[in-house]
Amino acid sequence: MRRLLLEGLLRGPLGEPLAREEAAERDALGSKLVRATRHVLGRSLSIREVDAGSCNGCELEINALSNAFYDLERFGLRFVASPRHADVLLVTGPVTRNMAEALQRAYDATPAPKWVVAAGDCAIDGGCFAGSYAVQGGVSAVMHVDLKIPGCPPRPSALLRGLVELMEGRSND
Amino acid sequence: MADILECIDLSSADVRSAPIPERAVGLMEWVAAAEALGRDTVELMGLWASRRGVHMALRRPGTGRLGLLTYPTDSSFPSVGRHHAAAQRPERAIRDIYGFVAEGAPDLRPWLDHGRLGVHHPPGTATPVMEMPAYDFLPAEGESLHQVPVGPIHAGIIEPGHFRFTAQGETVVRLEERLGYAHKGIGSLLRGAPIARGTMLAGRTSGDSTVAYAWAFSQAVEAAHGMTVPDRALWLRGLMAELERLANHLGDIGAICNDAAFAMMHAHCGVLRERVLRAADAVFGHRLMQDMIRPGGVARDLRADGAALVSDLLGDIRARFGALVRLYDNSPSLLDRTVGTGRLSPDLAARFAAGGFVGRASGRAFDARRGLPYGPYDRLAFDVPCRSDGDVNARIWIRIEEVRQSLALVEQILDSLPAGPVFADLPEGGSGAMGLGLVEGFRGDILAWIEIGPEGTIAEGYLRDPSWFQWPLLEAAIEGNIIADFPLCNKSFNCSYSGHDL
Ligand code: SF4
Repeated sequence: MRRLLLEGLLRGPLGEPLAREEAAERDALGSKLVRATRHVLGRSLSIREVDAGSCNGCELEINALSNAFYDLERFGLRFVASPRHADVLLVTGPVTRNMAEALQRAYDATPAPKWVVAAGDCAIDGGCFAGSYAVQGGVSAVMHVDLKIPGCPPRPSALLRGLVELMEGRSND
Repeated sequence: MADILECIDLSSADVRSAPIPERAVGLMEWVAAAEALGRDTVELMGLWASRRGVHMALRRPGTGRLGLLTYPTDSSFPSVGRHHAAAQRPERAIRDIYGFVAEGAPDLRPWLDHGRLGVHHPPGTATPVMEMPAYDFLPAEGESLHQVPVGPIHAGIIEPGHFRFTAQGETVVRLEERLGYAHKGIGSLLRGAPIARGTMLAGRTSGDSTVAYAWAFSQAVEAAHGMTVPDRALWLRGLMAELERLANHLGDIGAICNDAAFAMMHAHCGVLRERVLRAADAVFGHRLMQDMIRPGGVARDLRADGAALVSDLLGDIRARFGALVRLYDNSPSLLDRTVGTGRLSPDLAARFAAGGFVGRASGRAFDARRGLPYGPYDRLAFDVPCRSDGDVNARIWIRIEEVRQSLALVEQILDSLPAGPVFADLPEGGSGAMGLGLVEGFRGDILAWIEIGPEGTIAEGYLRDPSWFQWPLLEAAIEGNIIADFPLCNKSFNCSYSGHDL
């Protein structure tokens, strides 16, 4: 363990073997996001993720936001366990009929001001499950949506960018 | 009446290369099969319905032979669940969706239908919804018992499901799961869908296994057509499937340790997982490799420097993984949480024919890549790790061993990747033919069944997630553990909600 810890200290933040562009884009995103969230909510934005019947692909990429490459807490964004602590509901999935009430209750429990983000094609309009007897066909079928982040699933970088857009939109209000 | 065991006579080559014959059985044979399940002489691989009736896929553990029985009906069938517990939830789901009633079933409560669908039995008789009584959780009575309801929305970023704990102090005396929140009606969407759309839906049944699902579905279509897939396509499928396994196992190993508050493993494993996804993205153009496998082959070939990229990835993981395994093995505070926790007995794992790391950590060595071989695995060398201690620690170790096996498999695939086309056109016709696919995903064997429809469609299809036979075992494994260890146990099982709820 000592060796791993020491290595972590000496190696510094993770390098970007894949693409400089992506790293640069992320840093640019990062500083924009910092300005935007400060404007609206001081230093932080709390996100409650709600899986409204996704295939779990979207969850994989949302979870990836917490890995060392995206490390979303650097930007003051964090996932919270309770909707009562949240500013943003980040919703995935086509909103199955079996999940609609739970989603509504999570929304009701979130204090204002609050924003709803529909992440992934399913959350936007039901995606490939649209038309099934078992789904409502997207988040906007049941509540107001402030931002849609397309993708199946959206890439982590798109999710980050989406949250910036949301915050910037708000900061113009 | 033929001996029921004689109906289970299909070898792996039969299933893999040709349409699966329909064996319609009567009451006596159906009940004989259910009783054989109850005696553990055969294993249940799947139980589902179609407009033809109720289907049951069976496997004989000794011989590895498979069989598909159909009980023709449009209303009811003799309950299999009364003889074999693993059949109970599938039967409840059949009733919810199709309205076929399992006669004599011990549990008649609805399962996927929460009374919110607007209709009962949507693709079946589609009767308008009646007022549905509140779900009847099993009673738990006794002095100083209390209940803790959790979900469907959980604290973390995970899928929806409800858990009802009955505890005495901290100790769980009963866990009852209630699932179905992610029910999307995939079965009805598959009905009459063009094959391409069917493949897309299959790949979105459980996103973490999108490669394995698309592969199983493709196998079923290819078998129904009796067609051969180009070798290079099989090799590329194998490459994708092993990358998917690597990504998921690495993610799981970290996430399980994280649920024991050991964040360091999570951070390091998360980095390795991300590297796998980025390599997949670079090589195949999608981080999860969605929509890459389709009936007939694969959607795209490896890009020119693809092999080199994957080989770098292997080097990277090999350089780091060993230290992480040592970290796990040398951290007594972590082992204290995982050893002896959430133990699943080999007896139960065998009875439920549990696949994947859940089965293999509890003595059931079945792995579809070995037990019902398919290309390219019939030409690759690998071990199937198996243990019998059955606790969280064992499920972690199976994953660790499988990471090593997958690394070796990817290496072999890169070394011996044959040249040639990666796609062959599907033959026309074939309406009415049925096909079965069985692919080892990271979490266990995924079964796909389809019937070809007219003009390049599928008449009907069914996808059976390994979780069907793992979820019920989680209820058993948690008994006698403390509630605080539930996340740890749950993560070590890592069942799919979406794959199960369909
Ligand atoms: S958008 Fe795609 S990845 Fe996300 S839940 Fe829907 S099918 Fe799954």
